[in-house]
Amino acid sequence: MQYLISVIHDQAGLATPDEDAAIDVFNDRLQTDGHWVFAGGLASPDTATVIDNRAGEAMVTDGPFLESKEYLAGFWIIEAADLDVALKLAAEGSKACNRKVEVRPFR
Amino acid sequence: MNRIDVHEAIAQAHREEWARVVASLTRRFGDLDIAEEAAAEAFATAVQRWPADGVPPNPGAWLTTTANRQAIDRIRRENKRDDKHRKAQMSYDDPPEPLGAIDDDRLRLIFTCCHPALAMEARVALTLRMVAGLTMPEIARAFLVAESAMGQRITRAKAKIKAARIPYRVPSAEDLPARVSGVLAVLYLVFNEGYLATGPDTDPVRHELTAEAIRLTRLIRALLPDDGEAAGLLALMLLTEARRPARVSAGGELVALDEQDRGAWDAALIAEGHRLVRERLAAAAAGVAPGRYQILAAINAVHTSARDMRDTDWSQVLALYDQLVRLDPSPIIALNRAIAVAELDGPEVALAAVDRLEPRLAGYHAYHATRADLLRRLGRGRESRAAYDKAIDLAGNTAETAALTRRRDQLR
Repeated sequence: MQYLISVIHDQAGLATPDEDAAIDVFNDRLQTDGHWVFAGGLASPDTATVIDNRAGEAMVTDGPFLESKEYLAGFWIIEAADLDVALKLAAEGSKACNRKVEVRPFR
Repeated sequence: MNRIDVHEAIAQAHREEWARVVASLTRRFGDLDIAEEAAAEAFATAVQRWPADGVPPNPGAWLTTTANRQAIDRIRRENKRDDKHRKAQMSYDDPPEPLGAIDDDRLRLIFTCCHPALAMEARVALTLRMVAGLTMPEIARAFLVAESAMGQRITRAKAKIKAARIPYRVPSAEDLPARVSGVLAVLYLVFNEGYLATGPDTDPVRHELTAEAIRLTRLIRALLPDDGEAAGLLALMLLTEARRPARVSAGGELVALDEQDRGAWDAALIAEGHRLVRERLAAAAAGVAPGRYQILAAINAVHTSARDMRDTDWSQVLALYDQLVRLDPSPIIALNRAIAVAELDGPEVALAAVDRLEPRLAGYHAYHATRADLLRRLGRGRESRAAYDKAIDLAGNTAETAALTRRRDQLR
């Protein structure tokens, strides 16, 4: 079972060196324990571009699809047996990156 | 066996076997929906068949077998292939935990329904449906919510359990205390909603909810006999429920503890509650620190030991509140502590303590009701009246509003 752990943040600025170091430790543990699938940190939301090609003519919009105070700062995709395991890992991840996270199962 | 006996046998089987049937089917089929529907169908079949065929010698086994068959029929009907089905199963420990009181599917069911990833109101609704076996309309009525809204709440919770894979399992020893405390919080909330029902057009006390809460807490207590807080909560509920017959007057007013007819209290429930409290006191004497439910139960044991309000051992009550405040610094505990202070040190000292809670409790009816009472005792009628007005505005319970209104109107 895979889960997406989204990192939610409400202030500008990337992870501090301390946070980066803690994230590295957590990532190592995910890999050692077989939970690791993928992870990444994202550039700030104002670097985003929205494309809508539903009508066959790609509409390009500068900026994120949703203007809100809170934004997606990064994510992990983990492998976990069930939600209890995923929540425990998410709690560790939140502590490591020093940000709020959301856990959501893949279908 | 006549019709009435058969119906009583079905009702009894429902009380005793519903959770077991749902729990064992959930375990076998890994799906709460299938378990719930098949259990409901099995009971419906019993209602049809038992009056003619007679009550089977082992109703629980009959119901489980019948429900199993219904579930398999449904799975076949829906043409679910075995392998596809197995993939959708909920995860549970395999092999199961060692045998013992804790190895009970009902416990798994309760922990799943009370999982912290579900909203509190979803946990309450799901527990009442899946564990207590209340119907959707009954739960909707109990919480004054439209049936469709309650249905959605339960459906959404079941869908989340399945999609997010909330496990069907008794938590590990490390997580157990926090998870048990989450389950007890759900049961206490059900009990309190029954004991002081909110809403202008509802009965002041909803016995069906207090009774269900007690029944479920008894079950938790039986499944987790070493958990002191489960025993404490059961004792607290029993000692509170014992006073129910004296709690609402013939005129529909809530009767405060000091005005209750103590002869109307239920002596059997009090005796049972006191036994549990004594058991926990012995554990505390042996060095096990009591949790909040145990302390609240002990406070209620002091009250229910006094045959007359004047015989209440208030210094004991205050000592217990002091212990409770250290554990739970909530303003509501501090408010109740102040009531004991009033009995020991007089209303003026108590009022000063209550007034300090104003910033946190200004929106709580009991804060204003307590102030009103203290002000009345101090002869400050005008201020007392204003406090009663605020309490009446904020109170949600019909019988409580009636009692507050009478007290206000008796002021001179």
